[in-house]
Amino acid sequence: MKPLRWLLALLAWLFGRRRAKAKQGESGERIVPAGAPNRGAENLVLVLLGIATLFAVGFIVTYAEFGPLELPNELLGVCLGGACLFIALALTVVAKRLVVTEEVEEEYPTENEEEQAKVLEIIHESGSRFTRKRLLVGAATAAGGALGLAALTPAVSLGPLWYTRPLDETPWYRGRRLVDVSENPMVAEDIEIGSFYTAFPEGADQDELASSIVVVRLHEGGLQLPAARRTWAPLGIVAYSKICTHAGCAIALYRKPTFPVVEPHAALICPCHYSTFDPARAGAVIYGPAGRPLPQLPLLIDSAGTLRAAGNFSGPVGPSWWGVRDSKALNE
Amino acid sequence: MKRRSGSLLAVMAILLGGASAAQAQPQSGIVRPTYEPRYPSRELGAELYAGNCATCHGIAGQGITHPRPGAGGVLGQGPPLRGVGALAADFYLRTGYMPLANPHAEPEDLQQGDRVLLSDKEIRSLVSYVASLAPGPAIPTPDPGAGNISMGQQLFAEHCAGCHQIVGRGGFVTGARVPELQTVPATQIAEAVRIGPYLMPRFSTQQISDAQLNDIVKYVLSVRHPDNRGGWGIGNIGPIPEGLVTWWIAGPLLIGLCLLLGKRFGR
Repeated sequence: MKPLRWLLALLAWLFGRRRAKAKQGESGERIVPAGAPNRGAENLVLVLLGIATLFAVGFIVTYAEFGPLELPNELLGVCLGGACLFIALALTVVAKRLVVTEEVEEEYPTENEEEQAKVLEIIHESGSRFTRKRLLVGAATAAGGALGLAALTPAVSLGPLWYTRPLDETPWYRGRRLVDVSENPMVAEDIEIGSFYTAFPEGADQDELASSIVVVRLHEGGLQLPAARRTWAPLGIVAYSKICTHAGCAIALYRKPTFPVVEPHAALICPCHYSTFDPARAGAVIYGPAGRPLPQLPLLIDSAGTLRAAGNFSGPVGPSWWGVRDSKALNE
Repeated sequence: MKRRSGSLLAVMAILLGGASAAQAQPQSGIVRPTYEPRYPSRELGAELYAGNCATCHGIAGQGITHPRPGAGGVLGQGPPLRGVGALAADFYLRTGYMPLANPHAEPEDLQQGDRVLLSDKEIRSLVSYVASLAPGPAIPTPDPGAGNISMGQQLFAEHCAGCHQIVGRGGFVTGARVPELQTVPATQIAEAVRIGPYLMPRFSTQQISDAQLNDIVKYVLSVRHPDNRGGWGIGNIGPIPEGLVTWWIAGPLLIGLCLLLGKRFGR
């Protein structure tokens, strides 16, 4: 609400000032008469700027009204495009109907100062055809300001500033079973080296950000997990959040080790910007724009041989935000 | 100026000519027995294996862990082939991925068919020889006719589209190129799913059943002639070229508008 109040204050200031009439002294004889005022064109400009303002405000309202997942892109595009279009139309009318234009046919001779002075005088004498300059400036400020605010509005989606606790909540807890997309429990023995699996917490909402995980099996000898996570990968099976820590895309690509002697390393890759993570080294970033490792989910194998979570993630799930590094590790 | 452009052209011609000549030649010649029997046989396969494969994959498919100089000056190193079965042999030979000139290079299907250096008879012989080294999986027989195309699209989006793009035009992962699937026969699609060639993950029958594989194959075969309902396909490679085309239309319109605005109309 604060920006809106600022805008209102600005408008009040612009219109509240009394018109200071200070006629410029005119000396000597006129070459041309002063430009005729054109109230019709002025009114048209005011209407066009008003429509542009409404479109820009429409963008802000639309953005505020809908949740991040159901934002109507078409409506946002129409609002932004409409605002730009009507500002352009207003400027066109100003240029065509309200600005005094004068043209010199010959090339500008630099030595002929008399001619130059004459042109300057003509422009000066023609004066302005605007009769309500302040109103027009106010309307233009409103349209431009609203468009600027509309362009800045999406910045509020960059991340929460104060209340970040929901970002730490996940459906995982110790003992929760891993299931595939059709809720079949995942059997540890069936997880093969060189394959790539997506798993979810049993009975949870699979669309939730922290639900989906990637599961891969590596040679136990090749694992280089920190000492505190030594028990997190039974049989060499590791699990990480499927959500890239850069921009929140799904880690959909798995680079399996080819011929272990030549290329022993596996990699988890996000197809959006090619952030590449090392599943053998606790999800460390090998390449790309991601700023922190993938959160790891500790695993255990129950007596029936199925995979279960042994706790919560090692860190906050999802794209990073300011302060993500201060956020307490979930597992501790 | 003219002379310089002439010499530039000459340099380019030499470079281009050299490049195309290098590509036209097989990277290394195939060693063939002096007498080839008329029909495919395990014996012919064994001879071809010794001449063309053993440098990297070792005698009788044991694999070579430490680089060792072999035939044709190639520093041999490669995975064992015992137990890979007819499945892998058929896939790698028919795609032309093998034989590979450099053990560290990504096997590539440079020009469909042209890279296949062996005849069908030789491939069959090699496949039967590799399959005889140790028990291994057989060549799959997908039946796209039994598949369900919409299920196939769902499965493809879930398992394959991340790398291969939703209509199989291929792409990139860090460190490797992803082949397009537009011209790949049904059997090779099924083989690739079960093997996981190069750095592609492998999919077991528990992840993708044979019936689901039929769905996927049917879908992949269908995207060769996609149904571009509602307009131009524009290569079916996604929003970037589609956006470019929009700009090619919008650009001239905007320039025309600017010219119109700058024009002086008589009062």
